[in-house]
Amino acid sequence: MSNLAKAKEPFKFVTRLHLTELTGLRASTLGQFLAIIKEIPDASIYHHTHRFLQQHQYLSPEPPNDFAHWVSEMLGEKKLGEKLASIDTVQYPTIRDLRDKISETIDRYMNADKKSKRRAVHEGDEFHFIKAVSFVLPTSYVARDLGEFVSILEKITVDSIYFHMFEARLRLESGRNDFSQWIESSFGDKETAKSISKLDPYTYTMENLRKKLMSIIKRKIA
Amino acid sequence: MAEILNRMVPLLRELGVDARWDVIKGGEQFFEVTKKMHNALHGKDEAFTKKDFDVFMETTEKNILDVDTHGDIVFVHDPQPIGLIKKKKENKWIWRCHIDISKPDRRVWKFLKRFVELYDSAVFSSPSFSQRLPIRQFLISPSIDPLSDKNRELPQETIDGVLLKYGITNDKPIILQVSRFDRLKDPLGVIEAYLQVKRYIDCQLILAGGTAADDPEGFKVLEEVKQKAEKDPDIHILLMPQNDIEVNALQRASTVIIQKSLKEGFGLTVSEALWKSKPVVASNVGGIPLQIKHKYSGLLCNSIEGAAFALKQLLNSPDFAEKLGQNGKEHVKNNFLITRHIKEYMLLFLSLYHNEDVVNL
Repeated sequence: MSNLAKAKEPFKFVTRLHLTELTGLRASTLGQFLAIIKEIPDASIYHHTHRFLQQHQYLSPEPPNDFAHWVSEMLGEKKLGEKLASIDTVQYPTIRDLRDKISETIDRYMNADKKSKRRAVHEGDEFHFIKAVSFVLPTSYVARDLGEFVSILEKITVDSIYFHMFEARLRLESGRNDFSQWIESSFGDKETAKSISKLDPYTYTMENLRKKLMSIIKRKIA
Repeated sequence: MAEILNRMVPLLRELGVDARWDVIKGGEQFFEVTKKMHNALHGKDEAFTKKDFDVFMETTEKNILDVDTHGDIVFVHDPQPIGLIKKKKENKWIWRCHIDISKPDRRVWKFLKRFVELYDSAVFSSPSFSQRLPIRQFLISPSIDPLSDKNRELPQETIDGVLLKYGITNDKPIILQVSRFDRLKDPLGVIEAYLQVKRYIDCQLILAGGTAADDPEGFKVLEEVKQKAEKDPDIHILLMPQNDIEVNALQRASTVIIQKSLKEGFGLTVSEALWKSKPVVASNVGGIPLQIKHKYSGLLCNSIEGAAFALKQLLNSPDFAEKLGQNGKEHVKNNFLITRHIKEYMLLFLSLYHNEDVVNL
């Protein structure tokens, strides 16, 4: 039997699958782009800033968000594209905050360069706003201590890791990732919880993130 | 579409979904009208009369009487059977559009839209096809089945046997387009591109495909293609009946695969080619850019000259071509296999009963 401390509450892994919903909204100028960004549902902001994490896993690094890619590559506004690409998503606790930062960045750029508002892309290169519909499902995996936790981490799907690291924090507005939350509240282990919270998960592929999380936990229980 | 359903329906049944599929019936006049609609939705100028719409509705009414739509969910594919929605009761209906409607003829779209709006959801293959609609619209890409005869690994003897059967030698590079003989697949443009390549590289071209039963134009296009190709013995026009292993063999025997469509719903022949790790040159239209990231998993083109240049690049740079093919296969494995497609259809079914953006099951 394991000598590891038992958690006050077991950690129940869930997983997440997603479906892509089209909004029918499209922008061909920076002005239209900003107006839609200000109004579009959170699920769309979330999709365009997180899509790359689950697609092109083998092609890392990818442009960190669709907004930056379109502004740079289609609209040709490289400077603004770079500013949008360097928005540090991990700093923002809610999608609302992230949206405000994106809008403010575009707004400031347009104010400094009035002509940029009307610059248009070629027909066919418009930005199409899409949103992500998430389906959260329970799994049979439950961890009662950190040993069980790390062995489940090794085999659970990347969809589950994705949910607990990204979606729970930002989309469900729980403030931090589920793993840190559980480790601190169940074991009082602030240090390990902080090591996970301090990661910038956006710069890892999902498989590398899995390895990093495992190494943090293994170091703790070694 | 039929190819996907043939593989999809048995798999859905194995998953416990009591799925079945049916086809509508239509006469020559109906198919002439639906072909015109197909072309017009792709942006081609077509003249419509009131009679055309009457023919469409008469056939629709007959099919409404014949087709069984009692399921919990009715999944209707493409414009031809769209009017079956008039039979909707309490059950859920989905319209699946496989064609490029990014710039549709307004009159035809207006006619179809009044049916689309009666569905619970619509499904498109590319974001650029979405329209302003009062119903939910989802993006679901089609897929290939890697275990089907069209895509499974083949022994070299089978590939050699198919080349022998069609009198094709493999002593010079092979450029291949697999498509039915349809103007939107631009077979004449492919020949033009090949002729531009041929000035510098001794190669051969295969245009392989059939004509669809509901496409009255097919034979006319085939004749034009044959006429354009008749003076060049290195152009092989293969009018093939549906023979998946032969198509598979031709794709595997090719040096470069081209898909020079003028419009394309998705272009599954691109996924098929990439799955075989082949370098691909394809038009930057419809769902093709979802499959090809330019210079990473293939080369995109926008003109005959662009296609010819890309073909030359790939024929003259085999290492680059090989890398594109490898990346392309990985991209298809991650995004365009039937397993992902089934998962998304199951989620689509769930979405009919949940309106939220985050659904806790």
